Amino acid sequence: MQPIYEYVISALLLTGGLFTLVGAIGLVRLPDFFTRLHAPTKATTLGVGAIMLGSVAYFSARAPGVNVAEILITVFLFLTAPVSANILAKAAMHLGVDRTPETRGKPWDQ
Amino acid sequence: MLARLGFPQPFLSLNLFLVWQLLSDGVSGGSVVMGLILAWMLPRLTNNFWPERPATVKGWLLPMYLLRVVWDIITASVVVARLVLSTRQPQPVFISYPLSLEHPLAITMLASTISLTPGTVSADVSDDNRILLIHALDAKDEQEVIDTIRKRYEQPLQEIFQ
Repeated sequence: MQPIYEYVISALLLTGGLFTLVGAIGLVRLPDFFTRLHAPTKATTLGVGAIMLGSVAYFSARAPGVNVAEILITVFLFLTAPVSANILAKAAMHLGVDRTPETRGKPWDQ
Repeated sequence: MLARLGFPQPFLSLNLFLVWQLLSDGVSGGSVVMGLILAWMLPRLTNNFWPERPATVKGWLLPMYLLRVVWDIITASVVVARLVLSTRQPQPVFISYPLSLEHPLAITMLASTISLTPGTVSADVSDDNRILLIHALDAKDEQEVIDTIRKRYEQPLQEIFQ
């Protein structure tokens, strides 16, 4: 494997790991359910995206031909993450989960 | 009889077929046959769940839109990461976003985009499809968020799904 590949793959893995870590820190640090909802959905978007790109680059560099199966994981994640976030938010609104006092505006319950 | 054998949603079928080829280990006779069966069967089974097709779909505008969303995911992720790592408390806000899109498919795409781009999650759609409830993680000005979403996502979507 050429060194340039190693640099690119390392950079992608580090970026992915960093954003996943930030997502986990956000889970601990943010004050209420609705704000915590943001951290993991976002961390997966960019974090897993970068890790998957790293995986694609690694397997493409090792063997001839481009390996695209990993990209599908990202695509499926992009399709499902908004849906699960939406369902979680709806469930929280339905149960009337507490919000931080700083929150402006109100959820509705229809 | 022919309608029963045909493909009611050619694009969905094509996508399913291609995705199956990518999922299976290399294209082979078996994967092609299985892909054809799935491409034929799944649109049939899910036909009733799909909303009515929009009159025109300008599909060639979609790649541009996707590129913009990917770019926004990257930039906005950095913003959220900085917020999480700083000691400042976020200022969350619920925003009622008045939709001007009408088609359910377009609204779904807008809601998904809003959820994917960091800092905003779409929480609910009103029963009459007119208002989208958005939770923003850290916003000083509700109107600014609404304007950004309208300009960056809703207007391109309106152009695609007319």
